[in-house]
Amino acid sequence: ESGLPSSPLTLRIVAECPVTKARVCDLILPHCTVNTPVFMPVGTQGTLKGITVDQLEDLGCQICLGNTYHLGMRPGPDLIEKANDLHGFMNWKRNLLTDSGGFQMVSLVELSEVTEEGVKFKSPYDGKEILLSPEKSISIQNSLGSDIMMQLDDVVSSTVTGPRVEEAMHRSVRWLDRCIAANKNPHKQNLFAIIQGGLNSKLRKACLDEMTKRDVPGFAIGGLSGGEEKDDFWRMVTLSTDHLPREKPRYLMGVGYAVDLVVCVALGCDMFDCVFPTRTARFGSALVPWGSLQVKQKQYAKDFQPIDPDCQCPTCKRHSRAYLHALFKSDTAAMHHVTIHNISYQLTLMRSVRQSIMEGRFPEFIQSFMKRMFPSRDQYPSWTVDALASVNITLQ
Amino acid sequence: MAGGRMQLELSRVVQGRSRLGVLKGLGRTGQHSLEVPGCLLYTHFGTVPHLTQDTLHTLRNLPSVTQVTLSNIAEHQEVLEEFKDGFRKFAGLHDTVVYCSLHDPATLCPTGYTTNKTVSVWGSGGRIELTVAKFMALQKTVQPDWYQSMADGETWQNSTSRKRVRKSVDRTLAHLDECLLVHQKSQELDGVEVFGVVEGGDILEERVRSARETAKRPVAGFCLDGLQTASMDQRLRTQLITAVNKELPEDKPRLLQGVGRPDEVLACVEAGVDLFESFFPFQVTERGCALCFSFDISPDPERAVLELSEEKDAAGDTKQNGDLNHDDQTQMTSFEINLKDKRYQDDFRPLVEGCGCYCCKNHQRAYLHHLLVTNELLAGVLLMIHNTSHYHGFFSALREALAKDKLDLLKTRIFNPLNFTDATKTGMKDGLCASRPHTG
Repeated sequence: ESGLPSSPLTLRIVAECPVTKARVCDLILPHCTVNTPVFMPVGTQGTLKGITVDQLEDLGCQICLGNTYHLGMRPGPDLIEKANDLHGFMNWKRNLLTDSGGFQMVSLVELSEVTEEGVKFKSPYDGKEILLSPEKSISIQNSLGSDIMMQLDDVVSSTVTGPRVEEAMHRSVRWLDRCIAANKNPHKQNLFAIIQGGLNSKLRKACLDEMTKRDVPGFAIGGLSGGEEKDDFWRMVTLSTDHLPREKPRYLMGVGYAVDLVVCVALGCDMFDCVFPTRTARFGSALVPWGSLQVKQKQYAKDFQPIDPDCQCPTCKRHSRAYLHALFKSDTAAMHHVTIHNISYQLTLMRSVRQSIMEGRFPEFIQSFMKRMFPSRDQYPSWTVDALASVNITLQ
Repeated sequence: MAGGRMQLELSRVVQGRSRLGVLKGLGRTGQHSLEVPGCLLYTHFGTVPHLTQDTLHTLRNLPSVTQVTLSNIAEHQEVLEEFKDGFRKFAGLHDTVVYCSLHDPATLCPTGYTTNKTVSVWGSGGRIELTVAKFMALQKTVQPDWYQSMADGETWQNSTSRKRVRKSVDRTLAHLDECLLVHQKSQELDGVEVFGVVEGGDILEERVRSARETAKRPVAGFCLDGLQTASMDQRLRTQLITAVNKELPEDKPRLLQGVGRPDEVLACVEAGVDLFESFFPFQVTERGCALCFSFDISPDPERAVLELSEEKDAAGDTKQNGDLNHDDQTQMTSFEINLKDKRYQDDFRPLVEGCGCYCCKNHQRAYLHHLLVTNELLAGVLLMIHNTSHYHGFFSALREALAKDKLDLLKTRIFNPLNFTDATKTGMKDGLCASRPHTG
């Protein structure tokens, strides 16, 4: 157990897999306990795409994400403070995690310029020049009042190589210190560091060595899930978890595909987030244990079973693929039905993973999970075979 | 007659015209009922717009009758035929009465496609032409509890000639007779109710003729068509409906199509209409607005004093009832507030103080404003919940007003935009939706 009684974060390790690096924890945060491994749905603009907070709670969600860049623009930190922070504004009574805004700054915005000061960019709403510095990011996140805040990191695409990667890694360490210093609410809000270093083991190790010297309540593994080769991806994940403290949570950013989640839990990660499940739902793509199902496709027009006959979500308990297929032509509620299903799928998957680790059968779970997901053994992606082999799982 | 058990029990008739009662014997087993005056539950393909069952069921006292439309359903005929068990089961609708209408009341169809033998509906893939045979095949597949017979209501445009109006009456009667013939021979429609449709455009004699002739047929009730909000002003509508209702049997219900604004509803109830379609809350939702007009008929001496002393400044930026462009159903009315307006950016009050709906119990105007400005899907969900709740609350108040002889008080609320419930410091900028002073 880590953290002082007055700490806004306490991690209790409930079980550890004797075969892999997986663990089950209870992450005690200001608004409620979060059971890990956990998938965190993303509610970018203070809302989870058509789902009410009650529906989200009923699905068992204990923590979700808000986005500092978007919310910092609209409606802005001052208004949210007036509304009793982001929890009050959205009326979400459980935990919130906000990212720093760094990723959006680079991925969404043209003509952004990174200097030691921060990231300079032009606002898409009024064209004004804005500087997002570590201090500014933390200030906004303090106003948002999230339970977990992310440091502002110097974000570099995982496909970039060369000296820029090293520069960004060192700068991220310096920015971490500035973020720690700027945090007005260390007793209510947890600031997580983000390990960088790209796909370079040496740089990543250096970053791990430096950042773990800082007394932060948790660590994120960043700079991945950006289009790099999966072979490189998993090696960086496992390198990171090898050198992160056992008694602090490990958050792998931007990962949400079912296969990736299961493998990365085996590699020692506790927390995950991704827009994919909720975004793909709006296009009629339903996540299922054997992959995905495109409900809008003609083949489902006369398919009268639910998306997944074994699924207990509200959508599957009442509606058929055929009805949803037709509803996509008439009303937006079709999207909401699939969104609810997809969130349910993700959260249920994590609950099953957790249960199997606690019952000492995670290796068996992995075997049957992979079997269900892929038509045959030779279709298993080679990176999953390698990654799982590295934690003593030989896929059958 | 192969009809069911639908029966209208009137408990009061106020001033010789407004009717209060219950429509009983609805559904296949006849166990459902609907209070009158009342409205049906408007849906797209069986789904209340934006809502899933969890969000829908935050609403109490939903109408027991769900409206579905052939304009949504027709293109899915093949699927439903293969499904075999009817639309209610297909849509996962439990324990509700299904009423099937021809058109979606929230959309005006293109004109010029109706013939002597056919009418057209527009689905997501384009126009679908219906003969009576196809219309009835659809009814047998949908298996509603009740449907309107096929009708030609293309008389709502200003330029409709007398000849065209006469044709719409003739055709509609012919369609009705053909529908009834098929209905009586169909075992699948045993116990299902049929409503005849009264047409006649804006021509009094044609309206009377249509009503008289339709009343001769063995139908369970009457739809009044061609009187949509877009087609005429309320004075004419009242005149025509009054004349029509004189020809219709008193013990059968009258359903008015395409009229949903609270002031028009009130006027039409006074003309003897029993049922309405509840598409108006949907239209309000789609323009990012929230219904907030008062329908409070409980006497409150304190409030009466407030009303006397408040500013009568109605020059704000909402329109008065009389200014409305009748051709544009998408334009905002004085019954609502436009939440996209900047003034709501930091307004932390609920949409309507004292409203018990999920949206008002959990969220504030500032949040709705944010959701609308950022184009978030949740805006539609929350607004639909509130607007539906508010609208049904209005109908509830309407029934109460009829029961307790308070119709005049309700009319004051609805018809007079200068007569507000409460003062705000900023004056009457919100039209009929002035909010209560904070009494914290």
